[in-house]
Amino acid sequence: MPENESHRYDVIVIGAGGAGLRAAIEAHERGLRTALVCKSLLGKAHTVMAEGGVAAAMGNVYPEDNWQVHFRDTMRGGKYLNQWRMAQLHAQEAPDRVHELEAWGALFDRTPDGRITQRDFGGHRYARLAHVGDRTGLELIRTLQQRAVSLGIDVFMECKVLRLLTDDSGAVSGAVGYWRASGDIVVFESKAVVLATGSIGRCYTYTSNSWESTGDGHAMAMWAGADVIEMECVQFHPTGMVWPLSVRGLLVTEGVRGDGGALKNSEGRRFMFDYIPEMFRAETAETEEEADAWYEDHANNRRTPDLLPRDEVARAINSEVKAGRGSPHGGVFLDIASRRSADYIRRRLPSMYHQFMELAGVDITAEPMEVGPTCHYMMGGVRVHPETQAATVPGLFAAGEVAGGMHGANRLGGNSLSDLLVFGRRAGMGAADFAEGRAGEPAADPAQVDAVVAEAVAPFERDGGENPYDLHRDLQTTMQALVGIIRNGPELEQALEKLGELRERAGKVHVAGGRSYNPGWNLATDLPSLLTVSTAIAQGALARKESRGGHTRDDYPGPDPELGKVNFVQRQTGERGYAAPIQISAEPLPAMPAELQALLEEGH
Amino acid sequence: MTDPTPAPTAADATVTLRVWRGDPAGGELVDYTLPAQDGEVVLDVVHRIQATLAPDLACRWNCKAGKCGSCSSEINGKPRLMCMTRVDELPEGPITVTPMRTFPILRDLVTDVSFNFEVAKRVPAFAPPPPPPDGYRMQQVDVQRGQEFRKCIECFLCQDVCHVIRDHEENKQHYAGPRFFIRYAELEMHPLDTNDRRELVRQRMGLGLCNITKCCTEVCPEHIKITDNAIIPMKERVVDASYDPVAWLGRKILRRRKRTPDEAAATAP
Repeated sequence: MPENESHRYDVIVIGAGGAGLRAAIEAHERGLRTALVCKSLLGKAHTVMAEGGVAAAMGNVYPEDNWQVHFRDTMRGGKYLNQWRMAQLHAQEAPDRVHELEAWGALFDRTPDGRITQRDFGGHRYARLAHVGDRTGLELIRTLQQRAVSLGIDVFMECKVLRLLTDDSGAVSGAVGYWRASGDIVVFESKAVVLATGSIGRCYTYTSNSWESTGDGHAMAMWAGADVIEMECVQFHPTGMVWPLSVRGLLVTEGVRGDGGALKNSEGRRFMFDYIPEMFRAETAETEEEADAWYEDHANNRRTPDLLPRDEVARAINSEVKAGRGSPHGGVFLDIASRRSADYIRRRLPSMYHQFMELAGVDITAEPMEVGPTCHYMMGGVRVHPETQAATVPGLFAAGEVAGGMHGANRLGGNSLSDLLVFGRRAGMGAADFAEGRAGEPAADPAQVDAVVAEAVAPFERDGGENPYDLHRDLQTTMQALVGIIRNGPELEQALEKLGELRERAGKVHVAGGRSYNPGWNLATDLPSLLTVSTAIAQGALARKESRGGHTRDDYPGPDPELGKVNFVQRQTGERGYAAPIQISAEPLPAMPAELQALLEEGH
Repeated sequence: MTDPTPAPTAADATVTLRVWRGDPAGGELVDYTLPAQDGEVVLDVVHRIQATLAPDLACRWNCKAGKCGSCSSEINGKPRLMCMTRVDELPEGPITVTPMRTFPILRDLVTDVSFNFEVAKRVPAFAPPPPPPDGYRMQQVDVQRGQEFRKCIECFLCQDVCHVIRDHEENKQHYAGPRFFIRYAELEMHPLDTNDRRELVRQRMGLGLCNITKCCTEVCPEHIKITDNAIIPMKERVVDASYDPVAWLGRKILRRRKRTPDEAAATAP
């Protein structure tokens, strides 16, 4: 075989969204040879689509806010399935990470006294989200991108990583991928690898995620022998666009509700008052008057049920539509037009105004939006050490959405951008420490490289076969129909059977054309990760015989206290790869110290 | 949720995309005709072509929501985002989709935009003073100017349309283009930045070559007033720094010379 392009680094970071950029900055500033490898152009990662804000208990708007309250909100939102230490570190460190962004050039919206202002979001007791209108993700990624560029970090753009490489001891020693422009193979030899590959949304038909969210990191970690946890916990954001069909699933920020928007059914009723769960009853308004007064005065009123955690709102919308009280295109109405002035709406929600006007021909200052649930976020992911972000395989680290544990069974809005910053930095530190301590220079095993390349280019060598687009569509249809927002045992069994057939078909994929910028081939190389991740989601969902957070089983409609004490861990113990089986087991959650336990009970 | 099936606008309505296909060696326009669907954008049609007629049709895209700025192209000759251009808003007849002309072709609709990433490396970083103990304070009215420029999604359509580099490859050596003029303006207007970038933008970034035809403002999908709010104020500041007769006289009398771009850049961290 021809000599492959090869690079040697101390740390490579795969993925250049918020977490990857922050990790690379940290490792680089420690003086290590660091590279950032990403599937798209720099600055285009899915972080760019985050709208509402960064959750950080800075107390700029409500001085009562502090990390303890943020920790409590995060754990309650996650239905206590979170790794408590991650939730604690996240709440403690988020304010510093936001201030750091400001020192790197971010321009957040201000309070009247010139500090960073904060907005209300679902599940957060106080107004806590630092933001820039409704384009906070863009501000975050651009700030980190400009910082990384000014530091001179090596960036490999439009370079898709196929698989991690391991040494004789099983430790991760690099990765192999290809340049999308040329299709040429590129090999990275590295002392440590940070996965920051984001989400899995492209397993589903309707998703707010960009094409990149194919679960590459989740799958590559498993193929390298690492554990993943809580793969059944997928968040369906309650408010995605439902019409036109071509934009179905596109996100409508929770900021619409944070800024006064209310959900209504076809009868004009604010139905969220009918869906307040016991766990949140004490802190949720019972009447529309109280809910509306809360926007101005949090101290003397309880919060509107429109801002219950996302899992609760998504299920409520689903039920309303099922009961025949939906909107014309199969969603419900989100009305801010009748509740706030046109000026206010355009100032606070400029992207939403723009998005509905241009894509749906709807003026959100004059008429309600139609919204419905969309696959939005993966709570599950690579099992990591809470402080170093080290995976269970030496040399491998994970941060951001690809890492599991921080958000438990359901993530609160705003906790993702703060997660990226807090744990991106920690993964960079963890990887740097590991690389400094690792003896020798890891070398790629040519046999492993050859095997990866052979699998990747096989679709060109087959005479006819499966169209990768058809296979992807069938996968999405299966996941949407059988492993979606409401699940049950028989359907999950059926999904696993279908996924088995799809894995077989994936071995027969054929692509036409050459290797240079060929989207059909690019999709074919994403299919193995999509299949591995989908299988893990379905297996986890079948194992968790209860409803908790983002995971809802209509055959087990309530939470099971015993299952609330365990994580479902999945790994490949024997053969590895998309065609190989995945083992699953329940393992107890780490015990929380009494002083943190007390925070959860306090007041409620 | 119920799953509404896509309703074709009319039973036999079709949409034709006339797409440039080729590589650096050359190419041609190829017609693809598909059944029309309600509410589609141009990128939807490209995706359907990939899934059915031409699986290797190269096209860059990410978010399909007008937020990432990846799917820039020229639609009926006008620089636009494919994901924000609705088919039903275009005139009847075939829709021509070609790659951005200012950048070298990689394949089909994908161009090599690395020029922009190279220019980005030459922008001296933001340089604030150390933060006071209780954090920086800035007023909303002061951050708002920079916020307008930070809406930029780096689609590079302004670079594509700019006639200084569109048909003048040689100008790329010493011209940064509208995207970077707003970056300079943003830093220059940042309440906390301590660098003076005026000489740099004049001598190295070619601000003087822009003759404010406003084409960049017209194509900006974020509706940033690039010319009025960034380029013209920057030109004024450069004039103040370089050509003000009083300042010139002052320099002569005091025997001070202007800083060179290298000296200006050297003060950047």
